[in-house]
Amino acid sequence: MNLNFEPVLLWTDALLFLLLGLGLLAARHAWGSEPLREAWRKVGKRSTGMAAGTVLLAFVAVGVIDSLHYRPALPPLTAAEVGEGAPASSGGPIYSSEVLSALDALLAPLRLNIEKTYSAPFAATLYQRETIELEGGGQRRDYPRLVHGAAHLADPASEQGADVAGRAGRAVLTTLAVTALAAALVALGLARSGRVPFGAAADRLLRGRTVLAWRAALLSFTMIVLVISLCVYLAPVYHVLGTDKVGQDVLYLALKSVRTALVIGTITTLVMMPFAVALGIAAGYLGGWVDDAVQYVYTVLNAIPGVLLIAAAVLMMQVVIDTHPEWFGTAAERSDARLLALCFILGITSWTGLARLLRGETLKLRELEYVQAARAFGVGTAAILRRHILPNVMHIVMIALVMDFSGLVLAEAVLSYVGIGVDPTTISFGTMINMARAELAREPMVWWSLAAAFVFMFVLVLAANLFADVVRDAFDPRRG
Amino acid sequence: MFAYLVRRTLYAIPILIGVNLLTFVLFFVVNSPDDMARMQVGVKRATPEAIERWKVERGYDKPMFFNAAAEGGGKLTQTIFFDKSLRMFALEFGAADDGRDIGQEIRARMGPSLAIALPTFVLGLFVSISFALMLVFFRATALDFWGVVLCVAMMSISSLFYIIGGQWLVSNLWALVPISGYASGLDAARFLVLPVAISVIAGIGSSARWYRTIFLEEISKDYVRTARAKGLSELAVLFRHVLKNAMIPILTGVVVVIPLLFMGSLLVESFFAIPGLGSYTIDAINAQDFAVVRAMVFIGSVLYIVGLILTDLSYTLVDPRVRLE
Repeated sequence: MNLNFEPVLLWTDALLFLLLGLGLLAARHAWGSEPLREAWRKVGKRSTGMAAGTVLLAFVAVGVIDSLHYRPALPPLTAAEVGEGAPASSGGPIYSSEVLSALDALLAPLRLNIEKTYSAPFAATLYQRETIELEGGGQRRDYPRLVHGAAHLADPASEQGADVAGRAGRAVLTTLAVTALAAALVALGLARSGRVPFGAAADRLLRGRTVLAWRAALLSFTMIVLVISLCVYLAPVYHVLGTDKVGQDVLYLALKSVRTALVIGTITTLVMMPFAVALGIAAGYLGGWVDDAVQYVYTVLNAIPGVLLIAAAVLMMQVVIDTHPEWFGTAAERSDARLLALCFILGITSWTGLARLLRGETLKLRELEYVQAARAFGVGTAAILRRHILPNVMHIVMIALVMDFSGLVLAEAVLSYVGIGVDPTTISFGTMINMARAELAREPMVWWSLAAAFVFMFVLVLAANLFADVVRDAFDPRRG
Repeated sequence: MFAYLVRRTLYAIPILIGVNLLTFVLFFVVNSPDDMARMQVGVKRATPEAIERWKVERGYDKPMFFNAAAEGGGKLTQTIFFDKSLRMFALEFGAADDGRDIGQEIRARMGPSLAIALPTFVLGLFVSISFALMLVFFRATALDFWGVVLCVAMMSISSLFYIIGGQWLVSNLWALVPISGYASGLDAARFLVLPVAISVIAGIGSSARWYRTIFLEEISKDYVRTARAKGLSELAVLFRHVLKNAMIPILTGVVVVIPLLFMGSLLVESFFAIPGLGSYTIDAINAQDFAVVRAMVFIGSVLYIVGLILTDLSYTLVDPRVRLE
């Protein structure tokens, strides 16, 4: 094997993939169980559910690609650099200390096209005048050309319009082709499963008369493909969303923020779920001193206002991380540890709500006939909890998972802004906003960093909120 | 009633002890005072003398639980646990890193915090409930549908954007009110309009949607049908019956936060430079002033527990079936 990179598995990567695996297992389980399949079908019948789900899937795809981390190999040293008398290298390549992800590799042009400072979206020049040394001596104050943005054009003022239009046109054509292909595939699938001719299935699809809301899914799929292909055609030669203060491409920052948001939104629930489920069910089923103890613990945790508890815990975690630099090999591992710790801290403060719900539900379930019958037959407590209680409270866990997601994504931004969130070197919506907050007051105003963070966050959280509502309606037996 | 209050207050003691122990563990067991000192002094300049000086200045140089060197009762009282943790029960918080007394600072900053939080709370409640009632009045129409869509969209926007956008729009573009700052007395109103308006708008989305759900649940009950059958107008039904009965679930979520209003809002106060407890907390977090954060955690939980007791009391006011015994 002669890889020119070394795979790196960060803790949050591992947990994200674990969650993905659990999700797939749960999907297989749901496929085999009639009531669960029925509930998911309810989600699929709602067009908001399908559309929001498709958008979320796109975000998840970005996040997953961004979680495949690796360390690229450094180019081998030349003979001159190695020098005389140096010990012969042990053969293996030397890897960079910089941890990249598959998304970084895909977005290499965005990541590497760094300008000097601010530039507006699609700009060919910097946003500020600078003193330019003229060739024949003397100086001139003007907007200098960007190093990368619109660098392929000789005279941006006259050529840019046509160039952008041409590229956008190609993007639209690509989108149409991809959408037509996707629609045909869906129609083919519908024709197969419904045993109707292809034409009839396609007709139903276009009229939105399918059982599952495929048309809504296709519509949001089209929007996503359009955005992606616009980026593919335009982003390599323009800074589509401008550049920030240090000249980084804002589109790149926004895309990298998605993973942080997903990690916070999902891993937090994943790490707190075992505690909440175990303690909630135990308290509800066993009662007595177990119940008292669990209730005491969550009343105490609840009594501390969330932000303050998080602030205190994060401050202490910072001390731990800063006083033990030897634990972390690379800067990425260090900021990853901080991200993971933040998930745990948010989990500690948020498990109480789920535990209380589960306790209440278990109190109800334990009095039902089938549980009492199981007890009368002499089934052990552990078996009853696993076989009779747990499957019947899982819908609450499921609802909590999707309901908490959007709140956690929003919380990340606020916490990072306040300075108790992710590591300042981690790219996230919070750090983006934090860096951009003073830009609106600049003269002339720099609006694109904030606008990009706003749009990405808004779409993600809105999709999550809509999807959560549909899932709750489908899974909560109290809601028709 | 009085006996109930006494009992509830007694129940609060074990919870406060729990909070106290938790903060003690967080601040002194997870990290030793030496670690905190090293971090604050700066890892590079952390000579043993500098660390010792830092600890002496802040009273962290004592033993954790048991001071064998002290006399009599001092064996227990001259310890970190007693000084930093137990003294909080007497509301003695010691001094912040800048040497000022935390207790005094908190008393001085409660006013501005309340000046923002109270109008926000009252106005927010009023606006959200009115909006929800309107949606319920027009339920199952296009207005209701788009109202809910608006709510979901509004709750999907981070509060940071409300503040940044509102500040920019009102202060930069229209130049109506000062962008930030605070003055005492009536003059403060000028500075309060914008933060209060922004906080109210930022909160409408989620609360109006929640109230709407509560009202809809209430409106499907039998007594509402009876009221309509009596010939009451829809408005009378809504205001006289539904609103009154929906107060119980609303109170559960609302009364708890009233005492916490003293704590102010972290974000709004720091953005608008209002010298309240929220910005005090933020400054303490940024300066890593552990004593202040510890004090705020403790006060926060005391206020929360007060809120729980108030919630119980408020039930007796709106629901004659509830008696506290």
